[in-house]
Amino acid sequence: MAEPLALKDHSGESQVFFDRIVLGLVLLVIGLMFLAARMFYLQIMQHDIYTTLSDKNRIQVQSVPPIRGLIYDRNGELIADNVPSFSLTITRERVEDLESTLKSIDALIGLTPEQIESFQRRLSRRQRPYEAVPILLRMTQEQIAQISVNRYSLPGVDVQAKLVRHYPHGDLMAHAVGSVRRINEDDARRLDSVAYSGTEHIGKIGVEKYYENVLLGKVGYQRVETDARGRIMKVLDSTPPQPGSNLTLHVDSGLQRVASDALGDRRGTVVAIDPKTGGVLALVSKPSYDPNLFIAGIDHATYAGLRDSIDVPLFNRALQGQYEPGSTLKPFIGLIGLATGATTKEFKIEDPGWYKLPQNERLYRDWNWKKSGLGGHGLVDIEKAIYRSCNIYFYDLAVKLGIDRIHDDLALFGFGQNTAIDLPEARNGLLPSRAWKLGSRGESWYPGDTVNIGIGQGDILVTPLQLATAVAVLANRGGAVTPHMLQQSPLVPNVNQLADVDLIPAHVWDLVIKSMEKVVHRGNQEFGENGTAWAYIGRGIKYRMAGKSGTAQVVGIAQGELYDAELIAERNRKHAWFIAFAPVDDPQIALAVLVENGGGGSEFASPVARKILDYYLLDSEDQVASNE
Amino acid sequence: MSEDFVRRLPNSGFSFNFSSAGRNAFHLDIQMLLLLVLIIGYGLLVLFSAVDQNNAPVISQLTKISIAFAVMTVMAQISPIVYLRFAPWLYLIGVILLVCVAVFGYTVNGSQRWLRIPGLFSFQPSELMKLVVPMILAWYFHDRHLPPKLKHLFWAGIMIAVPAMLIARQPDLGTALIIAASGLIVLFLAGISWRYVFSVLGLALVCAPALWFLLRDYQQQRILTLLNPESDPLGAGWNIIQSKTAIGSGGLFGKGLFQGTQSHLDFLPESQTDFIIAVLAEELGLVGVLVLLILYLLLIGRGVVISVQAQDTFGRLLAGTITFTFFVYVFVNIGMVSGILPVVGVPLPLVSYGGTSILTLFAGFGIVMSIHTHRRISL
Repeated sequence: MAEPLALKDHSGESQVFFDRIVLGLVLLVIGLMFLAARMFYLQIMQHDIYTTLSDKNRIQVQSVPPIRGLIYDRNGELIADNVPSFSLTITRERVEDLESTLKSIDALIGLTPEQIESFQRRLSRRQRPYEAVPILLRMTQEQIAQISVNRYSLPGVDVQAKLVRHYPHGDLMAHAVGSVRRINEDDARRLDSVAYSGTEHIGKIGVEKYYENVLLGKVGYQRVETDARGRIMKVLDSTPPQPGSNLTLHVDSGLQRVASDALGDRRGTVVAIDPKTGGVLALVSKPSYDPNLFIAGIDHATYAGLRDSIDVPLFNRALQGQYEPGSTLKPFIGLIGLATGATTKEFKIEDPGWYKLPQNERLYRDWNWKKSGLGGHGLVDIEKAIYRSCNIYFYDLAVKLGIDRIHDDLALFGFGQNTAIDLPEARNGLLPSRAWKLGSRGESWYPGDTVNIGIGQGDILVTPLQLATAVAVLANRGGAVTPHMLQQSPLVPNVNQLADVDLIPAHVWDLVIKSMEKVVHRGNQEFGENGTAWAYIGRGIKYRMAGKSGTAQVVGIAQGELYDAELIAERNRKHAWFIAFAPVDDPQIALAVLVENGGGGSEFASPVARKILDYYLLDSEDQVASNE
Repeated sequence: MSEDFVRRLPNSGFSFNFSSAGRNAFHLDIQMLLLLVLIIGYGLLVLFSAVDQNNAPVISQLTKISIAFAVMTVMAQISPIVYLRFAPWLYLIGVILLVCVAVFGYTVNGSQRWLRIPGLFSFQPSELMKLVVPMILAWYFHDRHLPPKLKHLFWAGIMIAVPAMLIARQPDLGTALIIAASGLIVLFLAGISWRYVFSVLGLALVCAPALWFLLRDYQQQRILTLLNPESDPLGAGWNIIQSKTAIGSGGLFGKGLFQGTQSHLDFLPESQTDFIIAVLAEELGLVGVLVLLILYLLLIGRGVVISVQAQDTFGRLLAGTITFTFFVYVFVNIGMVSGILPVVGVPLPLVSYGGTSILTLFAGFGIVMSIHTHRRISL
């Protein structure tokens, strides 16, 4: 070691080293200053930006969904409730192996491939990390217990409780109250995302739809501090949600039950209205469906079954069904005829069982026309024309009135327009006119068209709600009625709201109403002289009822439907109508009953009407008596 | 017997010795020791916050520091002559161990870095090389004329490249680069001609695009992430976005000790280890960061003074290189956490949780102290 040391230039090396280390120190200080400058840039110049980012990290604004308003019937009975529902959720970030977690859940409580598939879909749609995604909705107590016991082995799997809509009456109220459905993607695009944040359901049908804004309530907020895993560490501040308003409807669930039971297994519909208020007391459409099925998300097979059923249970016959009114239109034609002088109380016709227009060979038959020529009702005035439901009288009267008069005056009763307020599915029906026929068919109006309108056939279509409304106007002797569900005010007026019918004098109302009483109460007469409904419902009524039966032609079978011959025959039968109000001197209830493919109105529809009126007007003892 | 031993090697025994300006007890440099204690204490405070004020990790870290302190004390007792004599053997052993790692080492997180002696302990030979590479180069240049000739630079280059490449293929690019850097620092301090410095820099710039393709996917990803962390905010960019957010939201004075939301709500990853400077920056602000940087600068300054005062080439080069390499750790770690360098696994020296880094650093400072306290003449 001594030799190389002797050759080394120690002081020179020291100098080089000193120079280098000083240079290194300078570079090092520059480097440290660069780091300090970087920190200065981040911490001072960009401080605000990063403070915002830091707050955005930790502070989450969570919406607290409001509690949907409850719906009561007129007697304070709950018809739309909120009940806790438990769903199973998975937080992806907290699950190590999703596949095996799903397998474990499946082993515990069973999952259908469909459920897993829709879970995967929801998982791919989620908006932020650590969002809990539901995999199973509406868990049973047993499933909750199974999961709870095994929770330690299922990290990231949670049971969450939420309040959801429940309809305690099931299918009974489905068509009267409507229902909520899960918010789908289309809804989500359309809706105010703030107002609906945290809310999963929206009123889609009926009262639930019409009063959505009122029932929804106002969303609340809480600002929470969360950690990176989304766990809430503390609540910073909160604005509580405002629950939706409760609604009380005119509908009477007892009456609804009676009407539904009276229809039994038959397809049909009942609309009952309080003529004094226009409140809908009962609105039944059968068959119905359980709206609770839709709340947790209906499975495809069940939904397809409902949608494709030949009985169309999802279709609200009371509001959307458009039928020929048949003979139930006769009292209204009679009112117009008497009021305009087209006929009088004393005017009579001789009914041979058929009617012919001048210069026309076509026979318009009465319902009791026989080939032998022995049919007909003999000498018929307006009263008999109503209680015996004589077609010939009304053929004649309709032709005398002319279509323009008929159109304009029937409109006063609400035909051909939607006068309802909070029944969003209600349809217009069809009140034909010259203009309508020219517009829709490009044909001019023929006298023969008018003949058919006289007995409620031909082009005219009414909804059961429309007909019940017209009956209520009749019961009020012209007092206008606006059908609606909600008891509370204020109601938003309908643009088509009816005005009182004041062109008809009192004695005309008296005459027509008396004739309608006879439909039910005129009995024990000789053959062909009783009211058409008397034999079926006329005995033992403890109040006075005005009614009218009707039969509607089944226009046709919807194209493309295939079913066996027996069914075709059944479904080609006429629809049975019955309209009524009671008590006559102080009407409390007006109604329209339709039994699809029921046949004659008096025989099949009037007993339904009687049961409803008995329930509504009599106390329980009297009902038992009158049933016996 | 023992007295003879003590007399022959007067500065290597465990005896009190105040002869070197009266400052060196146990061959420890008091100034450097004081600065180390200050930085360690400051770091433990930050660590205590980063582990949510749990005692256990802090006690564990204190234990590791105590062991490292003992190792430093031992290293300080050993005369630089011993290091000089054993440098080639240490280098040889180090390279053999690195080869063993490549053959028998076991894999953690996709990298084969560890040697396990069954039933005893595991260690990373690459840590050893952080000290041995500067040592072998200092040994090499100790006997030679400086500035180094091209021939000597060639052999020095080989001495750097062999361990660096063995480590790079583990893969542990961060450590390989740091070891290469420490070797280059020796060359720099040895007075390598500027001609060579600039030609190597120029060559590196030209080759840079080619080097890109030598990088593994995740290494390329880290560089891309550095350039645009927002391209994958929940994945690769998450760490860097969160650490910048923690630092930036700290402001001038910070959110207060134990008040950092980024760290305590777990947004900041690796908050106890590589990213601990972000905890400091968030809770104690720019002021807190500057305090640490000044402490670092003082420690480095003391190292520079020691290396200038060293009496032979070996001591000068080794002490200077250990000091400057320490700065490289600081720069790379803070640069990475503050988003100006790609994410490589370099802990913040003396502050990050973990024993290995502290042990290597203290051993290095022990050597520096030894160089200072074994001088023949006091300046």
